[in-house]
Amino acid sequence: MPTAIEIFKHLPKKNCGKCNFPTCLAFAMQLASSKAKLADCPYVTEEAKAKLEASSAPPIRLITIGAGETKVEIGDETELYRHDKKFFHATRYAMTISDQASEKEVAAKLRRASDLRFERVGQVIALDMLAVRNDSRDPTRFAEMVKRVSRESALPLILMSQDPAAVRAAASAANLSRPLIYAATLDNLEGMAAAAKELKYPLAVRHSDLNELADLVEKVKAAGVEDIVLDLGVEDLQQTLERNTIVRKNAVRKTFRGLGYPILTNVIGKERGMAMALMSTMKYGGIVLMEDLDPAHAVPLFVLRQNIYTDPQVPIQVKAGLYPINNPDKDSPILFTVNFSLTYFTVAGDIEKSRMPAWLLVVDTEGLSVLTAFSAGKLTSESVAEALRSTEAMVKSEKGLLIIPGMLSRMSGKLQEATGLKVVVGPKESSGIPKLLKSL
Amino acid sequence: MVEVPVPKEKWSGKVGTVVLGASTADSKERKVLSIGGETGMPFLSYEGLGNRQLIAGEVVDDTSELIEVAVRPFGDAVNDPAAWARKWVEEFGADLVCLRLRSTNPEGKDASPEDAAQTVLKVLAAVDVPLIVYGCGHEEKDARTMEAVSNACAKVRLLLGQAEENAYKTISAAAMSNHHALIAYSNLDINLAKQINILLSDFGVKAENIVMDPLMAGLGMGLEYSYSVNERIRMAALMGDRMLQVPMLCDVTSAWEAREASEENAAWGDVVERGKWWEAATGLAALVSGADLLIVRSPLAAMVLQDAISDLRGGK
Repeated sequence: MPTAIEIFKHLPKKNCGKCNFPTCLAFAMQLASSKAKLADCPYVTEEAKAKLEASSAPPIRLITIGAGETKVEIGDETELYRHDKKFFHATRYAMTISDQASEKEVAAKLRRASDLRFERVGQVIALDMLAVRNDSRDPTRFAEMVKRVSRESALPLILMSQDPAAVRAAASAANLSRPLIYAATLDNLEGMAAAAKELKYPLAVRHSDLNELADLVEKVKAAGVEDIVLDLGVEDLQQTLERNTIVRKNAVRKTFRGLGYPILTNVIGKERGMAMALMSTMKYGGIVLMEDLDPAHAVPLFVLRQNIYTDPQVPIQVKAGLYPINNPDKDSPILFTVNFSLTYFTVAGDIEKSRMPAWLLVVDTEGLSVLTAFSAGKLTSESVAEALRSTEAMVKSEKGLLIIPGMLSRMSGKLQEATGLKVVVGPKESSGIPKLLKSL
Repeated sequence: MVEVPVPKEKWSGKVGTVVLGASTADSKERKVLSIGGETGMPFLSYEGLGNRQLIAGEVVDDTSELIEVAVRPFGDAVNDPAAWARKWVEEFGADLVCLRLRSTNPEGKDASPEDAAQTVLKVLAAVDVPLIVYGCGHEEKDARTMEAVSNACAKVRLLLGQAEENAYKTISAAAMSNHHALIAYSNLDINLAKQINILLSDFGVKAENIVMDPLMAGLGMGLEYSYSVNERIRMAALMGDRMLQVPMLCDVTSAWEAREASEENAAWGDVVERGKWWEAATGLAALVSGADLLIVRSPLAAMVLQDAISDLRGGK
């Protein structure tokens, strides 16, 4: 968004008040904070309007593929580094089905696609899209496979073909919701752009030279297609990192606006493909297109995405509750900690390492760490006692022993009073937990 | 035709260089390796690549807490640190060996500092690459162990782990008198990373002898915090903060703390392949955010990471 002064330069400076603000400068300030609309000014020129609209457009266009609950949104990013604010629209993963695949292969891929769905720290992490590839070069066969896949899966689709006729055939055979066409190239630009415009589908544009790509994008735009996704034609990790960085940095720093679109990476090879998928996830990838995705690769890949796209301002929380570790029973002690994910992972890991059975009570501190939560009054003897009650911890453990974080030794008296449990002050560092548990 | 500009940043600072493996009178011809020297953000060839990023293979002198799936390719060699180190170098392409003297743990085998130093000498004799040596993580004991190790290896340039805010004097003094490099450890915070470097520098340790370890959290275990701390450290170094202009070490064996790295679970796919990528993903995140030197546990992950480093450096 341009600043109030930049906007002011383009206003008529009549101070007529017809926009309901006393002066043009006041109006500019309202515009800058998105509290007024440029259309409220009756005297603004068409030229000024075009300039202001261009400079207030997001640096990277938001592209929506699919519809309804499974739709994916990519782009609309503003940062080069996640610590500057955050990354907004997570990388999406797509798996490919060939239109020459056998009945068995198709069924197996579809089953795998629906199985690639896991839950981690309260979030569902899953495969996002399916691509159908026109290996047969036969529009009818392509259309049939697209129809079949769209009937059996609700995931948004990517139509992979060189041939505009195949894309049109697929569109008329099945009732598709905004699939992505992949891709327009030097060879088929006109036909693909015309199909995308008519069908109102987003269109991927591919070239491995960024200057040539920017040229193609201009032509596609001139043909009336607005929703564009870029394929930078990368083949290795260096190209992925460098080209993605050049495109992203030019867009968010506004040093070049012609490539302000999300990036699709078509990864190549099994080992290198996985490395490229990880790289795209860290470095500005919108969609990663893969031939196949083994669950042993999907789990680390999805978790990396979850990590990188975490909002740096909001700590990841684990669900509060009572967690059994190493098969505890009525004779096992209770330990408590906070629901800040890092603290929980460390404490749970150290208890596991001890191989001693224990109950771990996770108290809801809104994701704050032990000392921060205590200082902020989000972790009190009352809140711990309440968590013990609501989880029925004292029914599950009859040992009568509560181990508390070493940092909270001053809470021990009050806690003993509030719960009737014998309170043991644990170590200040979680790594001391195994030693403590073994000594009980 | 449209010209897409290459948005090269004009940085005023650069990451310093640390030389490992050089020696005055080693018993054998040892490889000399340099790390650091970057003049831009990680792997942007148009900003300046610096020295090749290196991989140190982890060797432990006490097998009681090993994660079997991670070290399976070493077979029986895990029972002998020298044989284990040799496998790392000869079969799995490690640039360095990282030896952890876990046997010195007073709550475990409680091996003496002198015995531990003997183990270090044996490993040194077995391989021709530079060596990183750590104690067992017990503050008091480590001070004595590392002093003994440093004195016993005065003629070989080791990288000693680790100096911390509350425990750096003994190890720093030993490193200075024996011309060893030192790992400056801090706990996931750019200010703490700077603080330990300042403490070491005030104590007399030269920047050319410091490698910083800002704690690499594993995949799914807070990796994003480390990723951003590392990026901020590199940027501060490039913007001219001299106290952060030292090469960065990331210990990516932290990946194995996540249960997904080593737990059998049919829905999650083959555990060997998953564990390999769990550590490799952690390593890749460390490299892309600014690591110069990785400590790696799984040889399968190490090979993925060696290929990735070559690939990222344009095939070299």
